[in-house]
This record gives sequence, C-alpha cells and structure tokens, in this order.
Amino acid sequence: MATAYDTAMKQDGPKQGEAALAIAVESVQKTFGNLKVLNGVSLGVHRGETLAVLGRSGTGKSVLLRMIVGLERPDSGSISILGQDIAGFSLDKLGEVRKRMGFLFQHAALYDSLTVGENVAFPLVHHRTDLSKAERGERVNQLLTEVGLENALDKMPSDISGGMQKRAGLARALALEPEILLLDEPTAGLDPISSGEIDELVLKLQREHQMASIVVTHDLHSAKTIANRLALLDQGKVVIEGSFEDLQQSDIGFVKEFLKLS
Amino acid sequence: MQASAGGISSTGLLSGLLEWFGNLGIFSWRVLKAAVTPPFEGRELIRQMDDIGSKSLPLVALAGGAVGAVLSMEVRSSMTRFGATSLLPSAVVYSVIQEMGPIITGLVVSGRVGAGIGAELASMKVTEQIDAMEVSAVNPYRLLAATRIVACILMLPLLTVGADACGLFTGWLAQTLVEPLSLRQFIESGFRGATLADYLPPTFKTAVFGLIIGLVACYQGMRTRGGAEGVGRAATNSVVLASLFVILADVVLVKMILVIFP
Repeated sequence: MATAYDTAMKQDGPKQGEAALAIAVESVQKTFGNLKVLNGVSLGVHRGETLAVLGRSGTGKSVLLRMIVGLERPDSGSISILGQDIAGFSLDKLGEVRKRMGFLFQHAALYDSLTVGENVAFPLVHHRTDLSKAERGERVNQLLTEVGLENALDKMPSDISGGMQKRAGLARALALEPEILLLDEPTAGLDPISSGEIDELVLKLQREHQMASIVVTHDLHSAKTIANRLALLDQGKVVIEGSFEDLQQSDIGFVKEFLKLS
Repeated sequence: MQASAGGISSTGLLSGLLEWFGNLGIFSWRVLKAAVTPPFEGRELIRQMDDIGSKSLPLVALAGGAVGAVLSMEVRSSMTRFGATSLLPSAVVYSVIQEMGPIITGLVVSGRVGAGIGAELASMKVTEQIDAMEVSAVNPYRLLAATRIVACILMLPLLTVGADACGLFTGWLAQTLVEPLSLRQFIESGFRGATLADYLPPTFKTAVFGLIIGLVACYQGMRTRGGAEGVGRAATNSVVLASLFVILADVVLVKMILVIFP
C-alpha cells in the first residue's frame, strides 16, 4: 500500500522528491515500555502542502509530531527536516532547525507568567535581536491581528478562552515566519464555531505563508477542511493515505469504520 | 518469601538511587554546557538573583536573628556555670559565623527557594511550557536551570552575611539585656584574635549549598511527570532532598575547611 511518504516521493521522482520534501519521516518506530506506539511510519510533506494525520486516541499521532520537532527521539528510522536528518542533533543544533518550524500544542502551552503579547514576542526576543523594541512590538501586533487577537495583547493566558489561547499559540508559532507548521489537535476541546474559526484561520495562514504543515487531529471535518492529504494511523502504522475521496472509496474495514463513526 | 521480597525491594531501591544520581549527572552536564556557552541570559539571571536573594532576605534575617538570640541565652547559661561569661561574645560570634549562620541560611533557602523552583518548573513541565520553550529554539537548561542555579550560588553567601549580621545583633541584644555591654565592645571582644580564614571559608561554603539547592530543585522540577500530583511531589522532594544534601555537604565542607585552614 502506498504511504504518504511514497506518494510524496512519486510526485517528483526520488531525487527531486527528496529535495522538495520539507518533512520526510521514514520507517519510524517508537516504543514506550512494552507499548509499541509507532511501528514503521513513513510520511512525506512538500512545501506548501498540508497533511492531516488522523486516528483514534493513543495511536501515536502526537508522538509522531513530537518526534518531528525533536521532543522525542525515534527508536529506529529517520526524520529529515528541510533536508537535514535531525537524529543525533544536539539541543543547540536542533534549535537551528526549530527556528524554521512552528508548533501549536494541543493545550496551546502559553507561558502562564507572561501576557499574550509577551508570549508572542518570546521567540522574537530570543532570536530576532536585530529588531528594535518598537519593531518587535509592531511585529507582535501584526501577528495578533492576523489571528484576530488584537485586543488581547496585555491579557494573561488564564484570562482568555481556550479558542483564544489556541490563536495566541498559533501567533507565537508564526513569530519567526516558519517554513514548517505543526499543529497538534488545533480544534480539540473547542465548540463547533470556535473550531470552524480555527480551521478558517489555519487555511488562511496556509494560503498566505505557503508552509509545509502537518495537522494531527481526530476531527475528520477539520482535517477535510484544512488538509490536501490525509493519513490514517492505526496500531502504529499508516493504514491509508490520500485525499478524502480516496478514504471514502477504501475497502479497508478500519477506514470504513472510522469514517462512519466520525 | 519475605526475605526475597526484601531483596527485590533493596535491589529496586539501589537501582532507583543509581538511576536518580545518573540522571542528575546528565542533567548537571547539560546545565553546565548551557551555562558556559552563549547566548548568556543576563537579564533572567538578574531577575532570579532578585527573586532568590532579596526576597529571601527577610526570612533568612529573621531565622538568623532568632538563632543568634537563642545561642546567646544558651551559651550564657552554660558559661555562667564555668565562670567564663567574658568569653560569651567570642562564643556567639564564632558559632554564628562559622556554623549557625551558614547552615540556617542553607536550610531556610532550601525551603523557600527549593520549593519555589521545584513547583514552578514542575508546573511548566506538566503544562508543556518547557517543551514550548524548546520548540521555540530556546534552551531550557540555559534559560530556566542555569540562571536559577547560578543565582543560588551567588546569593547564598550574601544571604549568609545577612543572617550572620542579624544573628550577631540579636546575640548582642540578648547579652546586653542581662549584662549591659555596648555593641562595639561585643564585636571587638568577639572578633579578637580572629583572622579572615576563620570567617571567609564558612561564608563562602554556602555557595556549595546554593549549587545543591538550585541543582536539586531544577532537576526535580524539570523531570516531573503526572499533573498536579507531580507538581506537589516535585516541590516536596526539592525541599527534602535539598535540605538533606545541604546538611550532608556541610559535614564534608566543615572537615575540608578544618584541614585546609587548620
């Protein structure tokens, strides 16, 4: 069965495909204790493309995302980000790759002792030392406006709603103008209207910034809205990968059941 | 069966202990590497020095003062029996500066700062704020751990001087209320025949206490797992282990000082 990685490679042939892949995950395995969470997962994402990784809770979707950003290391297999195999990178070397990536955590993970504005400014303060305070402030305002939080600059994370926290997290993820955007359950725990707003926002950002994105979700509607391709994970493996129509036409029992219950 | 269970338990305890110290060693190495390589987090260091130093001063001064007064009263009672009350200022000065001031400072800071650092970092860990920092390409060992540990190392000797000063003052106060003596006479009499070697090493040994407190609290905080319960456990363990190691280190340091400065 063709995986997302195979599909991505086939689009331009192995050599060109490899070069064009912003994220290349190949035969990755990960075990926690006795539990094999990922069992040979391969995925590939081109620049300007969004891949949604779907699956039941506990199938290793978030672990996969954490490995791509270097928060977890695979037991075997390789992960290449923008052409660099990140296995064995030191924290500082990994940092150089991470500056080109944005990550939205499931619960936003905003720094609770900083205001929303300071949260968004955090990556700029540490990595854009060329910016003056005024320029940094301007950039923060621009990012907050982009995610519709222009009035939340001085608010504390605890004083804003879950949906607003996700938006703030998204603004922080975009601060360094990343080439890769990783979203972990961007609509989890939100009401349908807020979920729709987040989906719209992700789509808009995707159109404007042309990043390579991976969205981990179990929300099929959200995945269908924001992704070009979908990959369905079960028992640590990619069961199917393709467009929503490909999933609909699949004869695989698990795929049928997942679509039926979603 | 019981012996066997006991054997397994002892083995488990030993391996747990070795694992704890092994991980502490790895953690220390990462912090050291982060601390001596740029970028240096000067602003955060100053903020931590203020938080750890000036905000601990009232507590340390109060504890030092209480110990000085108690020591003066107790020593007076003993010395009166031997007709050696003229030696009381020296006894108070030596006791406070050589042992009571440093150890009281170490224990009070273990409680206040150890719990504070342990709980703060643990809370950041369980809410993925430390992961968010890493993903933003900011080294948490540098920004969170190194700054706190260095601040502890720098502030402990200064806080000890504060505790010593308060201890000497209340020691004099307790003395003069029973048998009037000017503060100047008390100090002159107390420091008569003393050299810097008598006072500097005990004061500067608290830098080691600072290293222990900072290191243990940061380590406990940053390795936390398991929500609110984990945060509570990290705070408790930070205080208990830091206090214990401070007391054990004191034994070793006193012996070393006696050997080096006979």
